Amino acid sequence: MKEVAVSAGFMDEMRAHARESYPDECCGILIGATSEPDGERRRTILAVERSRNEFDGERRRRFLILPEELREVERRTERAGRAVVGFYHSHPDHPAQPSQYDQDHAWPWYTYLILAVTASDVPRVAAFELDADTSTFQETGLVVAPEPVSLPSVTRW
Amino acid sequence: MPKTTVKVPTPLRPFAGGAAELALEGSTVGGVIRTLADANPALKRHLFTPEGRLRNFVTVYLNDEDIRYLERESTPLKDGDIVSIVPAVAGGAPSSARSSSRPSKLTAIAPEPEESFSRDELRRYSRHLLLPEVGVAGQRKLRHAKVLLVGAGGLGAPTALYLAAAGVGEIGLVDFDSIDLSNLQRQVLYTTPDVGRPKLAVAKERLEALNPGTRVTPYEERLTSANALDIVGRYDVVVDGTDNFPTRYLVNDASVLLGKPNVYGSIYRFEGQVSVFDAKRGPCYRCLYPEPPPPDLVPSCAEAGVLGVLPGLVGVLQATETVKLILGRGELLIGRLLLYDALSLKFRELKLQKNPECVLCSPAATQTGLIDYPAFCGVPTSEAPLAQGTVPEVEPEALHAELESSEPPFLVDVRAPEEWAIAHLPGAHLIPKGELPERVDELTRASHLVLYCRSGKRSADATRLLLDLGFSHVRTLRGGINAWAERVDPSMAQY
Repeated sequence: MKEVAVSAGFMDEMRAHARESYPDECCGILIGATSEPDGERRRTILAVERSRNEFDGERRRRFLILPEELREVERRTERAGRAVVGFYHSHPDHPAQPSQYDQDHAWPWYTYLILAVTASDVPRVAAFELDADTSTFQETGLVVAPEPVSLPSVTRW
Repeated sequence: MPKTTVKVPTPLRPFAGGAAELALEGSTVGGVIRTLADANPALKRHLFTPEGRLRNFVTVYLNDEDIRYLERESTPLKDGDIVSIVPAVAGGAPSSARSSSRPSKLTAIAPEPEESFSRDELRRYSRHLLLPEVGVAGQRKLRHAKVLLVGAGGLGAPTALYLAAAGVGEIGLVDFDSIDLSNLQRQVLYTTPDVGRPKLAVAKERLEALNPGTRVTPYEERLTSANALDIVGRYDVVVDGTDNFPTRYLVNDASVLLGKPNVYGSIYRFEGQVSVFDAKRGPCYRCLYPEPPPPDLVPSCAEAGVLGVLPGLVGVLQATETVKLILGRGELLIGRLLLYDALSLKFRELKLQKNPECVLCSPAATQTGLIDYPAFCGVPTSEAPLAQGTVPEVEPEALHAELESSEPPFLVDVRAPEEWAIAHLPGAHLIPKGELPERVDELTRASHLVLYCRSGKRSADATRLLLDLGFSHVRTLRGGINAWAERVDPSMAQY
């Protein structure tokens, strides 16, 4: 099973972002490294960046990260020898399960972290990835590392 | 055909043989992308809809420009161009109301630009659209925004220019002046051939020429307690570019009563102030200054002078805050007073607190409507200053005749030395108004005194002072040196 490792510190940051944005959806970019040492892909998150939810409408149900922003973050991270490996977003008062809309708009290869958030809590975080044929949006392993994973996070705003 | 490089985003590389970029030939952007897709069928479904249209969350850049702001897929290519495919990332929770219906991708994702902005508009605002903090959604907010500028002078001119350029949909302007040559040193909306024309007619012309998408509504009248609530009520944000205290308090009070943010700016010689007063989120102008200063302590720009570029900077800061208010972005100057000193080029910031006893915006507020602002500020309601008309006056022509006679009056110029240097009456004696009380002994030997200043206001006050001190034969030159220049000596400079 594919697996993604996130430090507890980054998890806390994403949870805080989800709570601050509640009842709107929050969204952000995952920066990290991907390797396939034994045929099974492993991914480690080395930084998380908050994004603006640029969706023009009901932000409690939708998020949008603009290509300009993604492009800018990609340029910056690639210069630092890292890569954008996925995205996170919250589901206010909804479970940490991809919606049909999530699947319709997902890209393969990226890790999608979904945070279920309520007014008082972030009860669950789960990781998903779109299959190459786009037919299924499968849950992947999510390992929360107790110690921060080496590099410091880059946060903006 | 032009040779180009196509950059493939990370998630799609496995479908393009793992390549990060490919060298492809094609004459248009759409052409090379289709070539790429045809060569890699697995890639195709990620780029195109089953109907063969580019999926709307696939963004394509030609070099550094989004092709939606160029000629889209028909954008022509030349040798060496770089075409980048960039994903827009979207998603969201299931819609609780219509969880079964699949949301339309067209309306759910970045709006199709041609639905709301024309090609020209997309190009005009492209540098805004590229900013994540503005984008199409922000630009639409600007288009729907209504901003009232009170005053189309030194502050209003740069503010209006930038707001129109930024795409603010509606700008209201309140002013009743005509353009004077002395305005052009700082009021950059106007040009030399405009001198003598009404400010608002020229402003409307200029701003609508700058941006035909901006509608400019002129209110060629004084803002008063009778019309302020009606006019201010039509707008989302008020920008205070006034040059006097009665109007400043009026703008503040109307904004607080109507719950509108008030972007405040003021200038004095080399110093400027900017803040955003929004009583819902912070203090109002009255929290800062519950009472106006005594009227004779606050010389206007006409009396004190002002560095011409100063209102440019202050007005642009006001425009910046206005745009941020509209976008709902960034940290606003709410509860902060920014002080700028052009001479030392220093900015300082003061924290402002909401006054818990503010008569207007606190829970203990006692004022629930507009008041008589000229009376509140101690300035006369008529056009003429208070002392003028109540002290003995002399008309310029009569003074001219007296000066030619055998017993000419003793002339006292009560202006500042800088003004004296511009022009003064021959034979006059300079005693700036502020120095008058300690220098009255210089006047005791004169039998008849005539005092003058620029427009007659200060010399009327000074005349009142001398009469109160016991001088009996004192008069003021009505209309000041400017009236003299107009009616007696056209060769003399007016300012």
